[in-house]
Amino acid sequence: MRLAVTLIALVAVLFVAALVTGPADIGPFESLLALIAGGEGPMPLVMREIRLPRALLAVLIGGSLGLAGAAMQGYLRNPLADPGLIGVSGSAAFGAVLAIQTGLAAAFALGLPLAALGGALFGVFAVLVLAGPRGSSLTLILAGIAISALAGAFTSLVLNLAPNPFAANEIVFWMMGSLADRSMTHVWIALPLILAGALMLATLSRGLDALTLGEDAAEAMGISLRRLRLTLIFGTAAVVGASTAVAGAIGFVGLVVPHLLRPFVGSRPGALLWASTLGGAAMLLAADIAVRIILPARDLKLGVVTALVGAPLFLHLIYRTRRDGL
Amino acid sequence: MRVAALSLCAAVWAATAPTWADSPARVVSINVCTDQLAMLVADSGQLVSVSQLASDPRISAMTEQAARYPANSSRAEEVYLMRPDLVLAGSFTARATVDMLRRLDIPVAVFDPAYSLADVRDRLVQMGDVLGREVRAAGLVAEFDATLESLRDAAAATPPRVALYYANGYTSGENTLAGQILDYAGLANVATEQGFAAGGFMPLEVLAMATPETVITGSPYRGPARAEEIKSHPVIGVLQRGVPRARLADRDWTCGTPFVLRAIADMTELRRALQEDAQ
Repeated sequence: MRLAVTLIALVAVLFVAALVTGPADIGPFESLLALIAGGEGPMPLVMREIRLPRALLAVLIGGSLGLAGAAMQGYLRNPLADPGLIGVSGSAAFGAVLAIQTGLAAAFALGLPLAALGGALFGVFAVLVLAGPRGSSLTLILAGIAISALAGAFTSLVLNLAPNPFAANEIVFWMMGSLADRSMTHVWIALPLILAGALMLATLSRGLDALTLGEDAAEAMGISLRRLRLTLIFGTAAVVGASTAVAGAIGFVGLVVPHLLRPFVGSRPGALLWASTLGGAAMLLAADIAVRIILPARDLKLGVVTALVGAPLFLHLIYRTRRDGL
Repeated sequence: MRVAALSLCAAVWAATAPTWADSPARVVSINVCTDQLAMLVADSGQLVSVSQLASDPRISAMTEQAARYPANSSRAEEVYLMRPDLVLAGSFTARATVDMLRRLDIPVAVFDPAYSLADVRDRLVQMGDVLGREVRAAGLVAEFDATLESLRDAAAATPPRVALYYANGYTSGENTLAGQILDYAGLANVATEQGFAAGGFMPLEVLAMATPETVITGSPYRGPARAEEIKSHPVIGVLQRGVPRARLADRDWTCGTPFVLRAIADMTELRRALQEDAQ
């Protein structure tokens, strides 16, 4: 309970901080007033059309990535499962790029996130097949590397063949992710799938807790492993797909956040789901504030910041896994 | 018979007369800006090939003329095989290509981009010099000056404030050709107010806070790209309320050619529309 209050307070504080951070020179109180009260002039425009969607997307996408990481780690019982590392974000990005370049994204509103969901589904499915239900860390990471590399190659190929000369430069965006210059439109395209996926993953709470006792014990407790697995695949693909479609592939959030919060929830994977959702939102808000403070005029990619935090932790986890002889 | 032969001689003479004995006879241009300058200035038969971009209506104002020349892809290998005695390149053309051609003993004339209207005149004169077509170039300069003068308008007391906004949020300040076009057309440039002397990336928030009377966006490239999504951001829509969808034709703005006169005329029209709006 105390953890929930702390995390909600942290997200709230960071949300407000994200709203008052930006290259335009406006005081924090005036800007919040303009956001709430509206009125004439450019300030409500900046607050409502530029900063608000950016902060909302950071919450939605950070929450999605934290939740997806916690769910996959709970199911695979492996702390290295992060949607970015195991290639789910990469395949989602490929789906999104394909939708944009073929015109599917322009054809109907949900074309972009649905295509990204398709890519993500392929990614999750491939990883689970390659790594097996109780795959070792090694096979999981190897499968992830292979899928990431393949999806990345296809994404680069499509963007290199694109007629627009700017498209090739956007490989970086799809690999590292950014929330710069997003609008409310992007919130509306991502929201339905993120909500649907999050609701699916939330139902896994009891199942994942039961799974800690082993698959047989879980089935004896009335958990259908088949259903659990399907819900996990579709839920993860929905949240990661929709997130990647509007912000590119942002790595390591799903790795770092569950790792940091696991001790506070008594290592129960079910409770880790909601905790990681809040924690992920907080981490991405913080990262998005950081990119705007470090290089205000440039579009520093979010994935750069999350990787700087996440990669050392990843190395630490690999070291510990090896020491434990897994 | 003799008369026919004589007139044939005369025709040949007339075609070659303005070209000096040592002026280049096989010229290849590998930059979209030198392509257009060369097509304007060169003698018939003197220009052998222009770059592929010269046929791209998005960036070239002379696609019709360009269709009459074989296109090259601006690569040293291909250009060398055309046996040119002069290659025209821009200073932003790939350095490696220019160096390679020079190593192969092909003279390369390098043209700097134009940053002002005076630069446009200079490039015409330079093209006349390297092609041995000084008279033709002087004629074009005189024509350019006259049209430029005719476009001069009574300066407005309060020039409407506008911003140029391209893909990725790039903008142009006063020390650019685009900035000079705005200035000549009697428009105030928001980028200059914000401290952009040359070009640079202006965050969307900063643009919105500067409250320009309209935002002029560049022509879109073929095919989608995230870089260009910024031009359809709802904020741009709100800022363009003065003149909806104000857009510039890149082909008239990119190169320092006399076609910038068309850009000035377009912007003068835009300025009048904005001023009428304000009244």
